[in-house]
Amino acid sequence: MAISKEQVSHVANLARLSFNDEELSQFTDQMSKITNMFNQLQEVDTTDVEPMTHVVDLVNVVRDDVPAPADPEERTALLNNAPDTEDGYIKVPAIFNNGEDSAE
Amino acid sequence: MNFFDNDLTTIHNQLVNHELTSYELTKQTIEALKATDQKIGAFLTLDEENALATAKAIDEKGIDATNLLAGIPIAIKDNIMTKNLRTTAASKILENFTPVYDATVMEKVHANDLVVIGKTNMDEFAMGGSTENSAFKVTKNPWDTTKVPGGSSGGSAAAVSAGMVPFALGSDTGGSIRQPASFTGVVGMKPTYGRISRWGLIAFGSSLDQIGPFSRSVKDNAALLNVLVGEDKRDGTSVGGHEADFTAKLDAGVKGLRIGLPKEYLGAGVQQEVKDAILAAAAKYRELGATVDEVSLPHSKYGVAAYYIISSSEASSNLQRFDGIRYGVRAQDAKNLDDVYVHSRTQGFGPEVKRRIMLGMYSLSAGYYDAYFKKAAQVRTLMRQDFANIFKDHDLILGPVAPTTAYGIGEDVTDPLTMYAGDVLSVPVNLAGLPGLSLPAGFANGLPIGMQLIGKSFDETTLYQAGYAFEQATDFHKQVPTLGGND
Repeated sequence: MAISKEQVSHVANLARLSFNDEELSQFTDQMSKITNMFNQLQEVDTTDVEPMTHVVDLVNVVRDDVPAPADPEERTALLNNAPDTEDGYIKVPAIFNNGEDSAE
Repeated sequence: MNFFDNDLTTIHNQLVNHELTSYELTKQTIEALKATDQKIGAFLTLDEENALATAKAIDEKGIDATNLLAGIPIAIKDNIMTKNLRTTAASKILENFTPVYDATVMEKVHANDLVVIGKTNMDEFAMGGSTENSAFKVTKNPWDTTKVPGGSSGGSAAAVSAGMVPFALGSDTGGSIRQPASFTGVVGMKPTYGRISRWGLIAFGSSLDQIGPFSRSVKDNAALLNVLVGEDKRDGTSVGGHEADFTAKLDAGVKGLRIGLPKEYLGAGVQQEVKDAILAAAAKYRELGATVDEVSLPHSKYGVAAYYIISSSEASSNLQRFDGIRYGVRAQDAKNLDDVYVHSRTQGFGPEVKRRIMLGMYSLSAGYYDAYFKKAAQVRTLMRQDFANIFKDHDLILGPVAPTTAYGIGEDVTDPLTMYAGDVLSVPVNLAGLPGLSLPAGFANGLPIGMQLIGKSFDETTLYQAGYAFEQATDFHKQVPTLGGND
């Protein structure tokens, strides 16, 4: 089952990645080969086999929801990692394309 | 200073007897390392100033005579969060990222007075088996600098192999500790899933990832693992209540141990010298009093397919957090919010990471979930049952870590399928959540061959016991690459 360029393009959109035409062709070719390898699994009889998504038995871990004071130094350090900040906030471009590269 | 001739106990005694200070040890380590690393390229970031300050503070406090690790240098894979020390996961998207907190495992490293020297190179986000997927540099195999060191923890393995540091931490999602240990001739442990907290490990495949130690000897490895384990409230998948002294049975020998040799692990595609080394190891174990018989892991040939579906699916979800908003590199040409996401990710991730995200997204997408993700999760159950069947009447499993010795730099990187096929012997352990130990078992054309011991859940003690017995009966671990120098 070969994958089409359109499918790869759709998945790229879901993954928030963009590819030029050459990359798209290359990814289509590679993903077809890799998913062909994945298709070996179809020869395994898995009737009535439970899927395993985790190794350990997961239990909910709960704690009291107690607010802890924010450490101002940590806050500064966190903001230092942000690409763009203003007045102690993280700044991003406008959500809608209004022609202005502005967060206002 | 290199760590070829001085075993940890000798150094520890010198520290305790004030013949050496941790400061001197650290200074000598860094000086030697700077020269050696020009040839190897194991480190992404050196933390010289802090390392020396930490060592000095440990000296002033006094070396704890009961703690073998006190004042000893260690290197850390660059996907483990280190407070105030740049952590990139070898990705451009995190090129400028400085964590504001330590991973749980780093808290334990500091609490035990280990001295962090720096951060080591790796495949970007731990995706790869050669460290060639690093966005920053190529790491070379100390045994032959035209060969890869393996991966993804290639920098950590090479740093220990070249005698630059006695210890390093790595992470293993599908073989990323064991395979580079095998390629570089050192000891690497992938502990049982849940043994070590993953809090502060940059997530790749959350149901598979485990942190683990590299060292030059089995004994040192066990001593380091002792301090890394335990339940952590910040990681709901960490498991407590199984704590053991992993060095306790080192001298117990292997008399009466029942070892299984899976026939699938010595099949087609495994290099002849690697098969020979494993068969010789089996003979050695028999000579030492263990029984070794052939067993079968019938679903192991499906491991690569199941692993790449599951790990890529988990990765596609985990890596959604890298969006150019709160940390990491943001694309400069973004005109709106969607541009920020798409351009930052497109410019920030390398080709292999993009390929995994795409495969994961595809496997999870509507119409393909049952055929890929669910099917892989069912096969995973069967693979786990294969192991359980063997462990009904065996104590451990012996096999190669990888089908070949280290390959040439640039050889495999262009064909993903060839690269993925090399993981066939290491991924089943991660899928089943079991512990796996890699240790030196021979050489082919001057390159190390590693053997893998696979144990029952939470039975690392038996792996170290069997590993130590083999190590004491052989001299593979005593051989060192000439590149590291013989001073």
